[in-house]
Amino acid sequence: MYTQGLTDSLDEAVETPEFFQAFQKRIDSEEKIEPNDPMPNAYRKTLIRQISQHAHSEIVGMLPEGNWITRAPTLKRKTILLAKVQDEGGHGLYLYAAAETLGISREEMTEQLLVGKAKYSSIFNYPTLSWADIGAIGWLVDGAAIMNQIPLCRCSYGPYARAMVKICKEESFHQRQGFEIMMTLSKGCKEQKEMAQDALNRWWWPSLMMFGPPDTESNNTDQSMKWKIKRFTNDELRQKFLDATVPQAKHLNLIIPDKNLTWDTDLNNGEGGYSHGPIDWDEFWRVVKGNGPMAKDRLRARKKAWEEGKWVRDAVAAFAKKKQPTVGKN
Amino acid sequence: MSENLFFSTIELADDHLILGHRLSEWCGHAPTLEEDLSLPNLGLDLLGAATNLYSLASNLEGGKRSEDELAFGRIEKEYKNCLLVEKPNENFGHTMLKQLYFCVFMKLFWNECNSSKNKILAGISEKSQKEMIYHIRHSGEWVIRLGDGTEESHSKMTEAINELHPYTEELFYMSEASLNCAKKNYLPDRLKIKEAWEKEIKDIFKEATLSYPSILHFQIGGRNGIHTETMGHLISTMQYLQRTYPGQTW
Amino acid sequence: METKSTLWEVFIRSKSGLSHKHVGSVHAGDEVMALNAARDTYTRRNEGISIWIVPSAKITASDLNNISETLENSENKIYRHPSFYDIPDDVGHM
Repeated sequence: MYTQGLTDSLDEAVETPEFFQAFQKRIDSEEKIEPNDPMPNAYRKTLIRQISQHAHSEIVGMLPEGNWITRAPTLKRKTILLAKVQDEGGHGLYLYAAAETLGISREEMTEQLLVGKAKYSSIFNYPTLSWADIGAIGWLVDGAAIMNQIPLCRCSYGPYARAMVKICKEESFHQRQGFEIMMTLSKGCKEQKEMAQDALNRWWWPSLMMFGPPDTESNNTDQSMKWKIKRFTNDELRQKFLDATVPQAKHLNLIIPDKNLTWDTDLNNGEGGYSHGPIDWDEFWRVVKGNGPMAKDRLRARKKAWEEGKWVRDAVAAFAKKKQPTVGKN
Repeated sequence: MSENLFFSTIELADDHLILGHRLSEWCGHAPTLEEDLSLPNLGLDLLGAATNLYSLASNLEGGKRSEDELAFGRIEKEYKNCLLVEKPNENFGHTMLKQLYFCVFMKLFWNECNSSKNKILAGISEKSQKEMIYHIRHSGEWVIRLGDGTEESHSKMTEAINELHPYTEELFYMSEASLNCAKKNYLPDRLKIKEAWEKEIKDIFKEATLSYPSILHFQIGGRNGIHTETMGHLISTMQYLQRTYPGQTW
Repeated sequence: METKSTLWEVFIRSKSGLSHKHVGSVHAGDEVMALNAARDTYTRRNEGISIWIVPSAKITASDLNNISETLENSENKIYRHPSFYDIPDDVGHM
């Protein structure tokens, strides 16, 4: 059996309207789809793209925070940050493992990232310029990620849903430690308070942009919602995030850099919610298209790690081959 | 005795902090994603031991300086770590070899420490000994695979041995403070560990098809605060925030 | 592209009395490194007291709902991973 047959030919012949209906019926009744189950090619492809992008985001996401591990100011902060960044690597690993059940290899996904074919969350293309950025990232970026990730725990594809459950369990520690850093700084000396406010000023809008373009401009969404790969729209998640985060900023005595931020009584079906000012979508697309301040540096760092590690991986393969029992091939 | 034990504890604490710091530099840059998870685990164990040791040192000084003030607030010549741990991460093979050298030593050291007259040290040694067994397994298995992998990996490991082995003698060097502690059964006699250490390293090198070197000139100085040039840069980075905003809470 | 490294499935017994549960996979060259990787990946928060690792390609599966008369090669693997299948060298890069 050759690999190229795996994802295509076996399925093409059977994608009849009945096939799609039967598949949709399973989805609608909240059944989980598992690796060997019949699935539309488009479902498989979309999931490979989404899960691998999510995995790449975790891996690249190790870099902005990893930037401050050697400068963490206390033994406790050093230890916590190292553990947090390690967790992110772990999340990437769980996600790559989930993607591999769909017929793609870790090496293939790594190559896609390194040659620039695969996307990752562009929030990580912003620089971490102060210790307070570490607090802001934990509070806002992980906070936004949690909003996205909790619904994914109920995604229709079994391995992805299970990986997300694992990730969500670990994620709340991440947001708490970030918020705690911000709290400590906001109660500190003048320079620390300024550091915290400055970090919030720089990370606020990119965090809102993490949820993606407004619903009116999003393609992909409809089919992903039908197949329960996506459970809430971009705007719905952004609203949830806003409503949770604004009171937290108040608690920190920090000012959200949005002059148009107001309470709107009509939002959330009359329960009211926060309304934000206009998002600079030009900046969003600029960064998504690869022109973020640290975009080239992130990929360069990943390429360097991969290339400099080649001799190690080669040695591993050579050693394993040497130790294999030599059985005659038949 | 308190002063001797204080300085000997600082030696151990600095060893663990500096090696933990070096390991943490790998996070996000390891040869495989699996190692991006393993190396921080090794680093976290060492930083945990460092924290406990600084805490003990702080107590021995009557609380004059906190753990963080000890870890981040001294000038270069006041750090008493051995030179081996401050060596930079030239490549993954260097890091694994350095880890093997240090952790085989520490396992044997902590084993002797179980019967220390200082109960806190005895407690630290019980926990750390278990951790060292895992570190030895991890780094040892890597040294074997890199030694007995490809021609390239074998030559890189040989080069790592040539670079790092001269720094191993300092593991058995006894400062005045540690000599006094050994006499009074607070800490082990490091020289007594040497034979067992050499045997373990030789066994692993043999399996790794690596030659055990004969070194004529060893490098020492760390226990007296005379470091290599990289140490200055290491602590500049590590102490940056504490130096720039002294006395703050983080 | 690099040669694919071996994929291993990981099973953890989290507490005495429970059976091993599948938690995911790791890449490693051999079983010793796979065990180390599994420990560092899946038991960081003391999630287990016993680990099993198995090369993914060695697991034989059967989907009871989709049983076919002939046990086709692709249908008895746990999933269809590119490394589970041997490509003859003369076929070239795939």
